[in-house]
Amino acid sequence: MPFIAKNPNSILDTTEPVRIHYRVLNTYINNRTHGTKVEKNVSARVMQGFAAALPICLGYVPIGLAFGVLAGKTGLTPAEIGLMSLLVYAGSSQFIGAAMLSAGAGIIPIIITTFFVNLRHFLMSSSLSIYLGNTSKKILPLYAYGITDESFAVNLSKFREDKWGIMQALIVNHTTNLTWFASTVIGGISGEFIPAGAFGIDYALIAMFICLLIFQLRGRKYVAVALIAGALSVIFSLTIPGNAYIILASILAATTGVILGRRLEKQHG
Amino acid sequence: MVRSENLILFAGMGLVTYLPRLLPLLALSGRKLPQWLIDWLDLIPAAILSALLAPALLTGGEPRMLQLRPELFVSIPTFIFAWKTKSLVGTVLVGMLLFWLIGKIM
Repeated sequence: MPFIAKNPNSILDTTEPVRIHYRVLNTYINNRTHGTKVEKNVSARVMQGFAAALPICLGYVPIGLAFGVLAGKTGLTPAEIGLMSLLVYAGSSQFIGAAMLSAGAGIIPIIITTFFVNLRHFLMSSSLSIYLGNTSKKILPLYAYGITDESFAVNLSKFREDKWGIMQALIVNHTTNLTWFASTVIGGISGEFIPAGAFGIDYALIAMFICLLIFQLRGRKYVAVALIAGALSVIFSLTIPGNAYIILASILAATTGVILGRRLEKQHG
Repeated sequence: MVRSENLILFAGMGLVTYLPRLLPLLALSGRKLPQWLIDWLDLIPAAILSALLAPALLTGGEPRMLQLRPELFVSIPTFIFAWKTKSLVGTVLVGMLLFWLIGKIM
């Protein structure tokens, strides 16, 4: 897209959602300082946000379509699928919710399951809070809505590199949210037109997680924690019913990492 | 068309999903956190990503069991590609291509 690089403003002139983001956010962002590496130019920040959102969107489209198709087959209408995507916006719990609904489960068991499946976002939100100290409390609810496994991993690695602001992060969250919403509705409408497993789309999110994990492995400590978490997660997934294995394995592995890290520091003075 | 019982269900699912996303941001951001908590939160992403990924590569079936799956074979070159290039889009496309190819062969 060479024309964008030459003239970033052309995007602002033609794309309504970007203008809205720009106007709403600019008041909050104007006087923030992030050190020297953060882009000051607003349209450049918008483009950074879109660029970071793109791989997530690539991963969401096939999964969103798949969810829409599946939810349609369990009897949800396209309007209901869209509403669910807007209100819940958490892929795995939406799959589980639709499956439970079609199996005749009641409202309360589905909501309780959803709570536990999505409790991992509590950890992610806690991690992100470190970088959002300067952000207005009015913006945080808007940001929190878009915290997913994917947006969390992308935004956190960017925040950590010190080249990210709340504006880029919000664009990542809401571009991916819009993509998810649209894909699930289109999937619900188009139903059986999409063949299962076409073009390797089933692998899109796994590949994305692989790359995001690579980003996180910034030293031996992280590799060790990842290996412990992976091993525990496999063991728990085989022995504990449900989806609690993700949160259990993560907490145990990170705690082990902190304890081991402290011991090593003491030994080496 | 939206049935009212589904509206209630989705609102409930949305609420229990949204609050864990929001409350830590409101409660923790802007505070000086203790060092052990910062260290711990720093390790959480690697832990969560690995905890999400490992069962997807190593287990399958209903009920879940250990399986040698095409997902695992494809993950090796995908890992190497991600490590060498650090490209998210590239890794997704390479992973999809390899998974599609292995599906043709197996």
